[in-house]
Amino acid sequence: MSSTASGHAQLDPRLALPFPEAVLPVLRNPQLRKNVAHAIDVIQTKRAKLVLEKTDWQALRTAASAIRTHALENLGAYLEQFEERCTAAGGVVHWAADADEARKIILDLLRQENASEVIKIKTMTSAEIQLNPYLQAAGVDVFETDLAEIILQLGNEEPSHIVVPALHINRSQVREIFARRMGLKGLSDDPKVLTNAARTYLRQKFLSVSTAISGANFLIAETGAVAVVESEGNGRMCLTLPKTMITVAGIEKVLPRLQDLEVMLQLLARSATGERMSPYTSLWTGVTPGDGPQRFHVVLLDNGRSAMLTKPVERQTLKCIRCAACMNACPVYRQTGGHAYGSVYPGPIGAILTPQLMHMEYSQSLPYASSLCGACYEVCPVKINIPEVLLELRSQVVNQERKQLTRIFDPMYLGLLIANLLFAKAWRFHLAQRLGRVGLKLFTRKDEWIHSLPNLGAKWTQTRDLRGLPDETFHEWWASRAKGAK
Amino acid sequence: MRASLFITCYNDTLYPETGRAVVRLLERLGVVLEFHPKQTCCGQMHANTGFRGEAFSQAKRFVRLYQEAETVVIPSSSCVAMIRDQYPGLMDELGTDTLRKEFDELLPRVYELSEFLVDKLGMDDVGAYFPHRVTYHASCHGVRALHLGERPYKLLAKVRGLELAPLENVDRCCGFGGTFSVKNAEVSSAMLAVKLQDIVATRAEYCTALDNSCLMHLGGAMHRQFAGMKTIHLAQILASTEDSPAEAVL
Repeated sequence: MSSTASGHAQLDPRLALPFPEAVLPVLRNPQLRKNVAHAIDVIQTKRAKLVLEKTDWQALRTAASAIRTHALENLGAYLEQFEERCTAAGGVVHWAADADEARKIILDLLRQENASEVIKIKTMTSAEIQLNPYLQAAGVDVFETDLAEIILQLGNEEPSHIVVPALHINRSQVREIFARRMGLKGLSDDPKVLTNAARTYLRQKFLSVSTAISGANFLIAETGAVAVVESEGNGRMCLTLPKTMITVAGIEKVLPRLQDLEVMLQLLARSATGERMSPYTSLWTGVTPGDGPQRFHVVLLDNGRSAMLTKPVERQTLKCIRCAACMNACPVYRQTGGHAYGSVYPGPIGAILTPQLMHMEYSQSLPYASSLCGACYEVCPVKINIPEVLLELRSQVVNQERKQLTRIFDPMYLGLLIANLLFAKAWRFHLAQRLGRVGLKLFTRKDEWIHSLPNLGAKWTQTRDLRGLPDETFHEWWASRAKGAK
Repeated sequence: MRASLFITCYNDTLYPETGRAVVRLLERLGVVLEFHPKQTCCGQMHANTGFRGEAFSQAKRFVRLYQEAETVVIPSSSCVAMIRDQYPGLMDELGTDTLRKEFDELLPRVYELSEFLVDKLGMDDVGAYFPHRVTYHASCHGVRALHLGERPYKLLAKVRGLELAPLENVDRCCGFGGTFSVKNAEVSSAMLAVKLQDIVATRAEYCTALDNSCLMHLGGAMHRQFAGMKTIHLAQILASTEDSPAEAVL
């Protein structure tokens, strides 16, 4: 059976539609919205229960934030330490400045292995660098081994979440994909049956493919170890059977000490899947003779990260441990799911990470894909103030717009510039209020409500009425009251 | 006790009855009120859309206008959150040392209405009477920025005649989000639909909040859908008494 590695082509920020346009088909898709809201609500309920039982939850968050901040402030030193320890343990460390370099390094390594097939542990970093389509085009067959990733790969679907990438697909849709792609007739949608089908499919790959690719949840500077947490055990299989393991990880994934995992793992499992502990936590350090892969490579990926490090507000984005709690808590994500973000990183973290990875040249609509409700910051286990970063990025987008003279024709942009002039002097503001009162009379019905407005106003009145402007503002009332009192 | 009111742009223009209710309520409680006629806007709309320079000019105006005030009371949780969460960054980046100092001195004297009543005046029974079934929308800025917590519920509990209907998913955003409601109008509307389901399920007559911006969004949809429910700012409920009920709500 040939594999169609999911290309993630629609999730290329360079090609994606702006968020407000990309959401339209999603918002009108009842199946997808039901699947997303249901999955999110299940995870959220589990998480809330487990967070409540941790009496030291806030202290853990504070500790985790401090660990990550410290690691980032000394990133260069810790990365060098990681390289030294990993190398001493028999690993080979490669440095990749961008996605292209990382892909080339990985392909070269696969060529050295004469590998025409590769199995993969679920990794968002490989999705970020669009590794699968690249390897596929170079003649390497890529097989995902995470159940959700298999569903996506076989169904030629895009991931919509960073922890539960197939959460937009329900089990009857999984049944259809498996029946079609595995040629299984009479397959039921019983989760046990579906899991067995995936297991049979996977066994062949584990036994026959000798090269594996993984990501990393954490890199430990002190020991040179790589840590991966997962729920299914497929990752553990990839870490034992293949002869060669290639790990690709963002440079920000480093933790100073092994002991730091104590804090991180408590937060990660609860935040990500609502579990006290992830079922499989694997740590490996270089190469151990007679046990596991005998050739081990780590590709450390920058791809815009070191540029983020230099910026005081944006830097905190790199504290992220990819738990997805922010997207699970996000009321926008709950309606839209992940695809509309046009990036492998959706939700609030995607809204701040993706534009920065793209050097603010693409995805400028993403910082605006938030009502700034703050739920993401409240749940973030490493205390990334996502609303603060969103606002910083919005101001960068506006600064780009200020250089484009044609923006003056954008009613929102122009409106805000005018509003600023009005707010600067009370008399201007008050004059505008009086003019607005007269102008809006044209649109105000007998019931004293506005049901329909033109242009930008139509964006409001397409689903909401607006009460007509009252005849007297507060400041007019205050003035006349003061006069009456005299 | 003297207090200076900040009735921000949209309340001044669209919801003057909220300002009037604050005046009625606080004067009844013996607070001597001032109102600066030159006040306009806190700058939230600009700051949240990315216009930092413009937002800073409103911030500067606010600090200058209110630096003499004994206390400042603002019946809008998101405007207070703007001042508390965003002014410090704007001042650091764009302000002078003098302005920063003036702001630092002013900030502890700035109160959201329920904070002023419960924390500053030490009251939860303000002598209000409002014989209706009411549900309370907690507003994101009230919950997660100002941490208002129990304050609004304490105030509501002491309103005679009022039956409080608990709201499911009370900390979930209604989808307003300022310019988000227009820039991402469709997602905003989808969030609104979900919120309205929870609100309508309370079978309340009124949905109240400490922020008219959420209420403009929710009330606009209630009116569009003939939902049989209205929105009312908490100040108007608290101002209402047997002798002098709340002004008619449109």
